Order: sequence, then structure tokens, then C-alpha cells
Amino acid sequence: MEAFLQYATVFSALIVLILFGFLTYFTLPLFAEGQFAELFSLHWRPFHGEFGILPMISGTLALAISALLIAYPLGLGICLFVHGLGPRWLARPTLLLVHGMTGIPTVVYGFVAVFLLVPLLRNNFSHGSGFSLLAAALTLSILILPTIILLINSQLEHIVPKLRLTTTALGISRIHELTRISLPAASYGLLSAAILGFGRAVGDTLIALMVAGNAAQIPEFAFDSIRTLTAHIALVVATDSQSTTYHSLFACGLILFLTTASVNLLLHRIKHRTCRETDCE
Amino acid sequence: MNKLLNFGIYCWSWIATLGVFLVVGLLLFYLLSQGLPTIGKELFFGDAPAWKAILGQVRVWDALWPACVGTLFLVLIAALLAVPLGISSGIYLACFAPKSVKRILSLLVELLAGTPSIVMGLFGFAMILFLRNTFFPNANTSLLLSSVCLALLILPYLIFTTQAALESLSDEYLLIGPSLGFNQIQTVFHVLIPAAGRGILSGVVLSIGRAAEDTAVIMLTGVIANAGLPQGLLGKFEALPFRIFYLAAEYRTSAELDSAYGTALVLLSLTGILYGGAFALHKTLELRWNQH
Repeated sequence: MEAFLQYATVFSALIVLILFGFLTYFTLPLFAEGQFAELFSLHWRPFHGEFGILPMISGTLALAISALLIAYPLGLGICLFVHGLGPRWLARPTLLLVHGMTGIPTVVYGFVAVFLLVPLLRNNFSHGSGFSLLAAALTLSILILPTIILLINSQLEHIVPKLRLTTTALGISRIHELTRISLPAASYGLLSAAILGFGRAVGDTLIALMVAGNAAQIPEFAFDSIRTLTAHIALVVATDSQSTTYHSLFACGLILFLTTASVNLLLHRIKHRTCRETDCE
Repeated sequence: MNKLLNFGIYCWSWIATLGVFLVVGLLLFYLLSQGLPTIGKELFFGDAPAWKAILGQVRVWDALWPACVGTLFLVLIAALLAVPLGISSGIYLACFAPKSVKRILSLLVELLAGTPSIVMGLFGFAMILFLRNTFFPNANTSLLLSSVCLALLILPYLIFTTQAALESLSDEYLLIGPSLGFNQIQTVFHVLIPAAGRGILSGVVLSIGRAAEDTAVIMLTGVIANAGLPQGLLGKFEALPFRIFYLAAEYRTSAELDSAYGTALVLLSLTGILYGGAFALHKTLELRWNQH
């Protein structure tokens, strides 16, 4: 029985290596045919034989960073609200709402953004169609918000109750306690929330595909239409079936995989270091 | 200056919280106001008579029924593949694995958990290309392939929730078995797993919710807009989330748009029920421990 469980676990663990192997295997022809340098060019024009994915890489980075810049301060504010800046009776409903948000499908966020947010941007700012970096960043920030809040919250939940009695006895105000003592003590949660939020933002497909406009260009400005690596894969598989373009697709997949894998390795390291310092487990 | 900063932070925490309540409230209100009027026989079956459609005797056009059946099959097959594997792995990691082995295996599972769903879809697509080049020249994307890829997507969640449910049991439970003369296997299967059952079940429900909502994986592995009811494991199929995506991008008439609102509401209710169920199971589990 134990052996059976062991095989199952080893199999589960090997899947990720097989996945990595497949992606690498299908990217290799790019190296062999010397097209690797062309991959990092600025133009995606498959009919002219140009398969540059730099616009998509920059689109992914621009989108993920701006979504994080919107979501992180919001998440931090909500965590402070739950742990003492807001009234007590609102703390539980707020956390319940955040848990509930994790259950809303990505495609539903994208759908509502297409019909509510995009027309709003189109009508109030006269820049293009409204399908833009800004629209996607706003929608994506709502998607990654629960991830950020729940991670910071899970740390504060351990820290705040321990400190509260002491700080109250010392006459330290609630806001002083939270911002000067509790938050610095939760640095692991703060850091890992930012990293994980970034990872989720990079990996999301549907919102970028539905709301960002999908023009393969380097974004220069918030109302520009952008295309992310994830949306690029979805679009090319859906429309194209030339084998030459496929190799560059797998390069996109490999870049995405390596990005999220490094995010996870980083988190793993931070967790272990914090564990050693604070003697958890 | 310090006071001003504090006041700013205080205000921000209120703005952020009320803002999120507002955004989610607006989203729900919008979907309900646009989607509720469309809910009805028409939305699910179009012009086809309901019973004949359910029995598969007539083909349903421009309606939800094929997508509902597609999602149901997709989720069931994915769960069938992933649940036994995930729970077994979770049990092994929680109860049997030596520490050094556990660290490596957990890390690999974490990497799988972090893999974006579109990459999982691309993996499925790569498998088809590989099969075409080697054993099966006619291999194509299908319901089975989508289910396999979804199973890989939800596998890490199953492992983590099973592992967490077992590891969060109090130490007394670990002593019950040995005190009755059980060996490790007996302890695990007759004491620990029954005690952690609810937590494991909540993980299963949660992962089914994840499988039902994911769109990126199935987009690359065989979903199409007008497949009708799924014709076997190797056929194409329709699915609820893909239908929402497709209609949002390509609707031509206002009737199609109404149908998209209805579909979004149906999918939201479905995942809402699944996530709510998982959350409730988890909460009752916590309550039970806290009473002791």
C-alpha cells in the first residue's frame, strides 16, 4: 500500500519535469535552425517570416507590473482595515467577500469588463477603442487581489493577536501598532504576496485576451492595445496552423513556465529562510 | 506630518475596502440584472423541446445545453483522473514521506501548481503534435485531452488540500493508532483519514470548481463553439466558460448577447455553489476542532 502511494506521488511530481521536457523539446528546433536571435526581434509578422516575441514579453511585463501596482496598495489597505482600522463587525464580511472573490471565474471578470469597463474608458477618454493596457490592468488587479489579501492576512492573523495586548497596555494607537510593528513583522507575507501576485498576473490568459486589445506592439502608454505571451499562445493556436510558428509558440510557453517556476522557487526559498529564523514547523 | 500620514493610511484602508465591495457589488448587480431575465427554457434549449434535447434526440442550436453537458463530462473525467492520484499523493506526503524526499517532491508539486493554465493547454497541444509525429498520425485535440490537461491543472490543489487536512490534525490523533496497537498503515487509514475526511472532500469540491471555470486549457485542447453534445472521448465538445468567451468576442445579434449574460450567470452560480460548499465544509471542520 505504502509503495502504491509512493509511486502515485513520484508520478505526480514527475509531471512537471515531463512538461518542461516537452516544452524544451519543441523549442529546440529554433536553436538548431538559428532562428533564436530572430525570436527576440520587435516584429510579429508571420506572413513575412518574422516571429519576434519581444512585443509580447514587454506586454506581459507591463500588464503584470501595472496590475500589481494597482492591486497591492488596495490589498494592503484592506488587510489593515480587517485588522483594526475598520469597525470590528465589518472585518468578517470583508474577509468573506475576499474568499468569495476567489470563486468568481476569470472569464466572468473578463466578460463584465468587456461590457462595463471598456465602454466606460472608450467614452470618457478619447483614445482608441478602450481595449487597452489600462482596462486589462484594472480588471487583472481585481483578479489577483484575493491572492494578495489572503497571503498577507494569514500572516497578520498570527502576529496581531500576540501583539495586541502588549501594545494596548503600552498605549500605542491601533494605527501605530499596525503600521510600525505588525506590518514590519509580517515582512515574509508582504514579500511573498507581491511575488505570488506577480506570478498570477503573468500567468493569466483570459483577461488579457478579452480586454487588452491584442495588438502585437511595444506598449508606450496606458491606452495602447497590448498582447501578452499568454494571449499570444491562445490566438496563434486558434488561428494558425503553420509548423514554423509553432516553435516560437513553444518558446513563449517556455518563457512563461520559467517565469512562474522562478517565482515559485523564490517563494520556496523565502519560506524556508523565514522558517529557519522563526522556528516554525 | 506623522499624523497626516496616519490619517492618510486610515482613509486609504476605508477607500480600498469600500471600493472592492462596490466593484464586486456592481459586477453581481450587472450580471443579475442582465442575466436573470434570460434564464429560462429558451436559454438552455433554444427552440428544441426540452425532453428530447435532454435525451439527445434532437440537436440543440444556439443554446446552453450542449455546453452544460460538455462541462459536466469534462469535469467528471478530470476529477476521475486527478482525485485518486491527488489524494494518494497527499496521503503519502503527509504521513509516509521521509523528510528529504518530501521536500523535493513538494517542491516539484509546487512548481506544477504555479504553472499557468495556458501552458498546461500548450502541453496538451504538444502531446498531440508528438503523437502525430510518432504513433498516431490522426491524433487530434478532444474531450479526453482536455480532461487530462485539466486533471493535471487541479492535481496540485488536491495534493495540497489533502496534505494540509491530514497535517492539521491535532497530535492526539497521531497517538490513538499506536496506543491501540495499530501499525502506521492502519493508523493512517482507520484514524487519520476518517478524521480528515471533510477537509479532503472540501479540496475535491474546490478543485472541481477550478476545473469547471478554467478556459485557457480547453481553448488549446479541443473545445469549439458549435460542437453539439460531446460525441465520445475523442470528439470535440462545448463548454460553459468557452461559450462566454466566444460570445463576448463574436456575438452578432442581441439575442446572442442575452444568451452570453445568461451563460455567465449560470457559470457564476455553478462555481459559487462549489466554492461555497468547499468553504462550508472547511469551516465545519475547523469548528469541530475548536470545540475539543
